[in-house]
Amino acid sequence: MFEITLIFTTALGLAWLLGSYMTGIFSGQSHFSDRLFNPIEKWVYRAIGVNANSGMTWKSYGAAFLISNLVLGILAFLILKFQHLLPLNPDGIGPLSWDLALHTAVSFLTNTNQQHYSGQAQLSYLSQGFLIVTLQFVTPAMALAVCVAILRGMLGGLNNDSAKEGEARNLGNYYVDLVRGVLRLMLPLAAIVALLLTWQGVPSSFDGAQKVNTLDSASPITEQIVPIGPVASMVAIKQLGTNGGGWYGPNSSNPLENPTPVSNAIETIALVLIPMAVVFMAGGMLRRKKFTLMALVAMGLLSVSFLGATVYSELQPNAAFAGLSAQGPNMEGKEVRFGPELSALWASFTTQTSNGSVNAMHDSFNPIGGLMTRSGMLLNAIWGGIGCGFVNFIVYVWIAVFLSGLMIGRTPEIFGRKLETREITLLGSLLVLPTLCVLGLTAITVAIPSITGNSNPGFHGISQVFYEYTSAFANNGSGFEGLGDNTPWWNISCVIALLLGRYLPLFLPLAIAGMMSSKRVSPDSNASLKLESPTFCFTLIAVILIINFLSFLPAAVLGPIGEALQLATMSLEK
Amino acid sequence: MHKPAQILDSAGVKQAAFGAVKKMSLVSMAGNPVMFVVLVGALLAGLITVQRFLNGDTVGFELATTLILLLTVWFSNFAESVAEAKGRGQAASLKSAKEALQARRIRHGELELISATQLAKGDKVKVLQGDYIPADGEIIEGIATINESAITGESAAVLREAGTDHSGVIGGTKVLTGEITVLVANDPGNSFLDRMIGLVEGAKRQKTPNETALTVLLASLTAVFLLVVVTLPPLASFVGASLDYTMLIALLVCLIPTTIGGLLPAIGIAGMNRALAANVVAKSGKAVEVAGDIDTLLLDKTGTITFGDRQATAFLPVKGIAPEMLRDAAVLSSLDDPTPEGKSVLKLAVDLGAVLPVKPTDATFIPFTPETRVSGVILKDGIQGIKGAGDAMQFWAQQHQMQWPESVNALIRKVALQGGTPLVVASGTHILGVIALSDVIKPGVAERFARLRALGVRTIMVTGDNPLTAGVIAAEAGVDDFVAEAKPEDKLALIRAEQAKGRLVAMVGDGTNDAPALAQADVGLAMNSGTQAAKEAGNMVDLDSDPTKLLAIVEVGKQLLITRGALTTFSLSNDVAKYFAIIPAVFAGALPAIGALDLMQLHSPTSAVLAALVFNALIIPALIPLALKGIKLRPISAEKLLRNNMLIYGLGGVILPFVGIKALDSIIALML
Repeated sequence: MFEITLIFTTALGLAWLLGSYMTGIFSGQSHFSDRLFNPIEKWVYRAIGVNANSGMTWKSYGAAFLISNLVLGILAFLILKFQHLLPLNPDGIGPLSWDLALHTAVSFLTNTNQQHYSGQAQLSYLSQGFLIVTLQFVTPAMALAVCVAILRGMLGGLNNDSAKEGEARNLGNYYVDLVRGVLRLMLPLAAIVALLLTWQGVPSSFDGAQKVNTLDSASPITEQIVPIGPVASMVAIKQLGTNGGGWYGPNSSNPLENPTPVSNAIETIALVLIPMAVVFMAGGMLRRKKFTLMALVAMGLLSVSFLGATVYSELQPNAAFAGLSAQGPNMEGKEVRFGPELSALWASFTTQTSNGSVNAMHDSFNPIGGLMTRSGMLLNAIWGGIGCGFVNFIVYVWIAVFLSGLMIGRTPEIFGRKLETREITLLGSLLVLPTLCVLGLTAITVAIPSITGNSNPGFHGISQVFYEYTSAFANNGSGFEGLGDNTPWWNISCVIALLLGRYLPLFLPLAIAGMMSSKRVSPDSNASLKLESPTFCFTLIAVILIINFLSFLPAAVLGPIGEALQLATMSLEK
Repeated sequence: MHKPAQILDSAGVKQAAFGAVKKMSLVSMAGNPVMFVVLVGALLAGLITVQRFLNGDTVGFELATTLILLLTVWFSNFAESVAEAKGRGQAASLKSAKEALQARRIRHGELELISATQLAKGDKVKVLQGDYIPADGEIIEGIATINESAITGESAAVLREAGTDHSGVIGGTKVLTGEITVLVANDPGNSFLDRMIGLVEGAKRQKTPNETALTVLLASLTAVFLLVVVTLPPLASFVGASLDYTMLIALLVCLIPTTIGGLLPAIGIAGMNRALAANVVAKSGKAVEVAGDIDTLLLDKTGTITFGDRQATAFLPVKGIAPEMLRDAAVLSSLDDPTPEGKSVLKLAVDLGAVLPVKPTDATFIPFTPETRVSGVILKDGIQGIKGAGDAMQFWAQQHQMQWPESVNALIRKVALQGGTPLVVASGTHILGVIALSDVIKPGVAERFARLRALGVRTIMVTGDNPLTAGVIAAEAGVDDFVAEAKPEDKLALIRAEQAKGRLVAMVGDGTNDAPALAQADVGLAMNSGTQAAKEAGNMVDLDSDPTKLLAIVEVGKQLLITRGALTTFSLSNDVAKYFAIIPAVFAGALPAIGALDLMQLHSPTSAVLAALVFNALIIPALIPLALKGIKLRPISAEKLLRNNMLIYGLGGVILPFVGIKALDSIIALML
């Protein structure tokens, strides 16, 4: 428990520092980092042909975001599909099938890192070392840019003071925000974390695989090939960029990827660092420190209670051991060196932040633990993915503002701008989207057993399918495993979930913020809603919980809850 | 004030009940997505019932479900019909006075007697003493005293005159004295009242912006729950369970926000009714809704905050002048002054013991002109009594070589500081002193402003008075700000300035020169006594011509939103308990392990589902009175308001159905 508290508070403290740094680099005023980065950025802007001083309306910002993704997506697909013809393929790895190439391209493009291919064996060095690493740096910065634009829009854009009511607002330049996010945030942080991990013994080398003798001389195998490589830097960006795709198949449960308690702490903190920092940044950019406080309390309460339930769940014995004398925590699928608590902490953070890296196998968690990991993904707003998590949080804030605004007898407004039918229509479609996507695809898949392809019948089978689509929709990427998921159906249906789960939840809020930015701003009075009040915070938490509870309870009853109840009944019978 | 019928009689209830049945078609429910889904569910449950009956299966549960769902839709329609009936009743009682009226239309210089219903906009009618005015309009010729009690309930006669700010007349009111020519303002069926009736009748009613937004949100939630329920059968069949379709329909209906969906139209209509009950005719529902958002209220001082007729309250002589001398000069100056101020000077003098002289016939009278701005009397023997405003009298004194004593400035300031208007009085040779005219603030005004302030509305007083006077009245009346020495066109500029700061502005006015400002304001409340131009420009007309009525409208607007928000929250919170009642029931047969979720320990799956459905249906009529009356608005901060409503409708909404469903389940168990 001490370690959990230490890691949690350290992460919050570092996020506070990082948050004010991020406010600095995105607020457009001169910043201490300018001296180092301005010359590099100038060169980059010239290379990609961007005028850094021209602002964008929400429409052109959104278009730039979508177009840059489309271009990157096509490029990624082509590299994966034709990797056998491209250089840097010493092992002569063949092309991916078109559906697997599409799924892999979209999965990394959407910052999800859901993998339907098996590890390093199917990707060339170009695909792995260049394409995927590039996407891991760039895609979090893309979502962060959209989040930054939304925050600007909420205060009327950069030209708020000069623009008239109804006039288009400048939400900043997408390419500038993107380049700054990569150069000033992702790269330096990844370098620091990579150095720290190297210090802890994570391989950091371009040498080939090492041949070592096994310790057990009695074993018929006397030699083992241990693949190494630039693992530390890959792991650093995997953790920091809410990416999650590991160097080694078993991800951070592998001792080379996560060798020591210190490396485990560093990687756990790196999981939540930027998502937490975005919350601090938001307060800075909105010039409302109290809004950050409210968001921290709302997210913190939810995060800690989910974490608490997961820890509790994993401290219970595995159901298979029920009635036996061998009691103790559920250690199935966990590293003995991390134990149940640190595994539960990692599992909570990685699902809450849409990261998806693991240091234990979630498929083997007790049902309540499994339910909590899924809940974290479904909400996708407790810290959440970089940028997109906070945007989801703002969507919940808007819905809560609409309800509470009515309850205080005013047309609902946030920061003085009114939420009207146009905005509510978009918010309504964002409400329907998760159920449509996750429940719809789950229902179709389980209805046709020939395409389900999972290893477990009954409740656990539903859990697996449900988890896969939740993970894809939430752009998380972690797997419940046990699915034969490299089939055209799984690849294509997951691509649909990935795309819907990435682009609509970023683009529609940008549209809402953009449309609201040019509205008349009514001044604060004692009759306006106080967003920073405990009452609103409580209302917001209630809205988040009730919406998700109502949307997903029946499916959860047929999945993990049913499983838990069944296991409980079974152990009683024993 | 006019008191419209508040409670429907039994005939009205019967009519509303039938009206509710008539609305039960898919076409007429299409505007209400939530109740549309319930009706479709009822039809599906009905089909299942028929099919089972033909197969010879038991149909008790299916039939009960169908009937309860139909009842749910009927309750919702009933709520709307009751609200409509009340609105129609109120409007009709206002309107009835107009029916069967005769009009003397002026055509080609001749008078012709026609039915009032044949009058069109632009017609001129002659109204003689003792006639009823046949239509709403404006006096273009003549002056009359009119009894408006049929509309306003106020029995005292009012004076209406062509070419003034009080030229508007209402159809159905009676001319007591005088003879007027009236220009008809509207085509038949298009008067303010007709339009207001349109706002409360379902078919013609347009949804207000906020109501549309909420309907969209409710439709989205309905879509979410539709997906939740539709995806259940495949999931269940994967674990080897088959689900009962009637139960799934029941689950869907319980989850979608039927409480707010069913009451939403009634809430909107009731809001208009409350405005109408306050004798305010709104031209659109939007105006009433916007009133709840008002940040700034612009008010004329005269006639709104004060009674407007300034009364002489004291004679203040300068040093060395006897009080009687000033008093008598003041009397002399006012002998030929027909204004209320002049009369009040004489009245005060009499109260102080003066004997009024007979009005001399051979004296020179100096009439008040805009150029000199002084008036008075010069007797044949040279004795003078002149009075006027301070600056005008200073100029007069200069012209007539009179000395301007220093102490008179102090007196002027003293009166102004107390909110009064000083009039300086002079004899032929000396400045004698000052008459203090005071404006009397209407009783209860300060309380109303305090209440508005608590609701977040700033009040700004606009007056032509000097800043000193204005400041005193402002402080006494408790307005937040004031604009002194304002010209009529300043109001428009002030509204624009306030709006530029993002504020929503309401304004009350009656004169033609108020029309641009009334049109510019977000809420323009025109006085019914005002000119036609003002009434056309505003978006509401107050039949009582009471400027502080705006407070009532602000409260109606806020109540409207609060009622919607609270019932939406209540509706969503209810779902938690319904889940715990229905989910175990739905899965009970196939997956017994799920029985552990049955927190309420309900009697049987069938009784659990029926209890939840009955609760869901009954909560609608139980809340009809609340929807019609609106949630009581107390002047507390937004923070407290939200906390109270979250506790009552949020937390209460979670707890109440647990109790209600458990109780209904026990009753149903006895019946089964």
